[in-house]
Amino acid sequence: MPADVLVIGAGVVGAATAWYAARSGHSVTVVDRGPVAGGTTGAGEGNILVSDKPPGAELDLALLSSGLWRDLAVEVGGFEFDPKGGLVVAATPPGYEALVSLASSQSGAGVETVVVPAGELAEHEPHLTPSLAGGVLYPGDAQVQPMLAAARLLRAARARGATVRTGVEVTGFLRSGDRVVGVRTSAGDLPAGAVVNAAGTWGGDIASLAGVDVPVLPRRGFILVTEPLPRLVRHKVFAAEYVANVASDDADLQTSPVVEGTESGTILIGASRERVGYDRTLSVRVLRALAAQAVALFPVLADVKVIRTYRGFRPYCPDHLPVIGPDPRAPGLFHACGHEGAGIGLAAATGRLIAQLLGEEPPSLDLAPFRPERFGPVVAP
Amino acid sequence: MATSPYDVAVVGAGPAGLAAAAAALAGGARVALIDAGRQPGGQYWRHRPGDLGAVADLHHDLGAFRRLVAGAAGAVRHFGQHVWTVSGSAADGFTVHAVAGDAETEVPARRLVLAPGAYDRQVPFRGWDLPGVHTAGGAQALLKGHEVLVGRRVVVGGTGPFLLPVAAGLAARGARVAGVYEANRPAGWIRHAGAVLPVAAKLTEGAGYAAALARHRVPFHTRQAIVAAHGGDAVEAVTVARLDHDWRIVAGSERVVECDAVAVGWGFTPQLELPLALGCATRVDADGSLVVEVDERQTTSVPGVHVAGEACGVGGAALAVAEGSIAGVAAAGVTSAPASLRRRRRALRRFAAAMHAVHPVRAGWQSWLADDTLVCRCEEVSAGEVRTALDELGATDVRTAKLLSRAGMGWCQGRVCGYATACLTASCTGTAPDLRGVSERPIAAPISLGTLAGDPGHIGQQ
Amino acid sequence: MSAAFEFDGREVAFTDGQTVGAALVAAGVRSWRTTRREGRPRGIFCGIGVCFDCLVTVDDVPNQRACLVPAAAGAIVRSQEGDGRGHLAV
Repeated sequence: MPADVLVIGAGVVGAATAWYAARSGHSVTVVDRGPVAGGTTGAGEGNILVSDKPPGAELDLALLSSGLWRDLAVEVGGFEFDPKGGLVVAATPPGYEALVSLASSQSGAGVETVVVPAGELAEHEPHLTPSLAGGVLYPGDAQVQPMLAAARLLRAARARGATVRTGVEVTGFLRSGDRVVGVRTSAGDLPAGAVVNAAGTWGGDIASLAGVDVPVLPRRGFILVTEPLPRLVRHKVFAAEYVANVASDDADLQTSPVVEGTESGTILIGASRERVGYDRTLSVRVLRALAAQAVALFPVLADVKVIRTYRGFRPYCPDHLPVIGPDPRAPGLFHACGHEGAGIGLAAATGRLIAQLLGEEPPSLDLAPFRPERFGPVVAP
Repeated sequence: MATSPYDVAVVGAGPAGLAAAAAALAGGARVALIDAGRQPGGQYWRHRPGDLGAVADLHHDLGAFRRLVAGAAGAVRHFGQHVWTVSGSAADGFTVHAVAGDAETEVPARRLVLAPGAYDRQVPFRGWDLPGVHTAGGAQALLKGHEVLVGRRVVVGGTGPFLLPVAAGLAARGARVAGVYEANRPAGWIRHAGAVLPVAAKLTEGAGYAAALARHRVPFHTRQAIVAAHGGDAVEAVTVARLDHDWRIVAGSERVVECDAVAVGWGFTPQLELPLALGCATRVDADGSLVVEVDERQTTSVPGVHVAGEACGVGGAALAVAEGSIAGVAAAGVTSAPASLRRRRRALRRFAAAMHAVHPVRAGWQSWLADDTLVCRCEEVSAGEVRTALDELGATDVRTAKLLSRAGMGWCQGRVCGYATACLTASCTGTAPDLRGVSERPIAAPISLGTLAGDPGHIGQQ
Repeated sequence: MSAAFEFDGREVAFTDGQTVGAALVAAGVRSWRTTRREGRPRGIFCGIGVCFDCLVTVDDVPNQRACLVPAAAGAIVRSQEGDGRGHLAV
């Protein structure tokens, strides 16, 4: 029997989509060429952030998602959901002013913000360097262990009848006229009522198998992992420049400090952004930059050992917004990919919105800014 | 100031590394020799600073060691240096990044010989985290390196020819060895006589240990294993049991042996962090270990990178010396190693393969584990938790099992439990163990954030 | 005459070239740290710097591998609990 919904990708977005679709009563099959959470989901920090987005469509999506993650932590659970809050700090007075002004506009969009003058930073983060100009606290920021989140959502979906098939690679689409009616895979044809492209960084490749263009490209990042520690850092702490880097179009290396603890005791240190394709080579230069910035923010970390590093590839689109919704160029195909570095955070809303579309319910959010065909035809030079 | 790179950097000053350094120097190369230890010799010729005289009775082939040290004397030594990564390429030059305390050293080189060696392969058993339970190599290191006995009454177990010198050494220095429990029936190597006989020295070595054990009245049991350790704050006894062919416990065969220390080893795990960081191709060797693929000149799939010794197949010190010599010659850019050396390598590899064939690790050890038996000692992850990641959370490969259970995510980064986690995963998925998924460690030695952040303390130049 | 370091308030003798871990084992000390999760005792396991089981605090620097740190006269060696950095917790 064909599934109602076939989801391509067993990362966190595919998992959330499978969960919400299965919960709505759809029969769901998830396929992934690799293992569960084997792509970008397994290479991130597990951020659920509202702090790093200026007012606009992505912030609306993030706000919807952060509420849904809180529900998922109760409904599904088991993935180390930690509503720790985020603390954004600025090194200079002009930086602080810009940060406070951003916070004020975010506040207007429904984000909870608390301005923290320099003198009060230590109350929130005792180990923070004293040489900062001030910061803003975002109590709405949270964190999950992303691989556990994907695995737990898939397990919950399986309990509602979903099937998860790992090691199955999609090689093409089944069509009936224009309409997408399933996929061809390394394990045979899988017909389905609808197909969801949740292939993350590889979402563009899947789209092209269906003959449509969705420009998703990789943006490499490294993360340093420390030895297990007591709680030294309470929030996700990052520098105001991080917000600028996220939205930057520069292909060159950018780094800005992002430091946070985890339930297991390690501290995770990011963040770097480079457009170098899928190059997996370790970059000593990037690791040094990450370490230097983390120590500048938290001098106590100077003696702490790094025991691991990992890299991943964020799926980004030219306008830094994800692709969410039906593809009018290939009816029956839905996209849920291109979330760049915010895929964990935005997964819950993305899955929920796709499930609403599949159930022909009105979506909770206007999806126009995320529509797949927004990039238009490629114009010949 | 631009620094001029060495012709060859050799990482590891054990048998393979010393031989490589000596051969490269003989070929006219400028050589740097880098090792975490403070003396040359690696694990095999481990000793305290100064002369080996005090522990000469515990060692083999010290003449060869002294010759190699003399031959490698022209290399610039970077000892006490833990290599945390290697970077670069033959085209741009390589850099060996090492730390000693808070000081970082970068050693530039045109070509690399990596001779990182190996450490004891382990499988978990109940109580194996009790103080007093040691790896066989650990017991040996305390003895050779420090003249310290791990206990007064010691039980030795596992599989492989290495158990013999460990037990013989402990007995020679006054420990009561309550028994050696070899899980296989290695007398079977007689069937491989064709491979074994040409390597007469190795045979004599084995016979010597057997005689030593007999002299000290050390009972040697085959097809038996230490399946549990017991005690409060330290080990007080072990349970040993007979095994069937697949290493399941023969019902009713368990008995308790009192002891105050245990030494266990199940073959060796090559240290592949550095070759993997450079992208060297690997293969699975006869003993089930992941090893680096090398050609006749010990060259890896990465131009300019040679690997010698246990990292390209566990085979003992004599083979490591042969491979190191060949790698050193190749790295120095000299024509090629003498045919006699290549013949010796071939004979020793056949011997190693014969030894591996009679010392397999069979999957039945997994049936000894209770659900709460620790698999990962660092993060205290039990066998039950690893199985939950596989059975309930949908992990279908070892990397996912690791990340979902945290087995292998602690201080040692899976060096100890990686093999076991790969085997548990393989049993669940019905595939061969995937060691690749537990062998990559991009940070090969811990480095403090402050050190990583700062400029290297000095550049390793003459 | 052999030198000594201090371990949890007592003198532990060592001979030239020994590590902290070797000297402790020679003195009959089997464990000198407890684990983070279950508080289990640990000492030397691999003895060659691979397993990180023998972590110890030497001269106020926590998480050093006892099997690698050379023993030094007058050093202050302390057993450690958990991550060894509890005093930094906030």
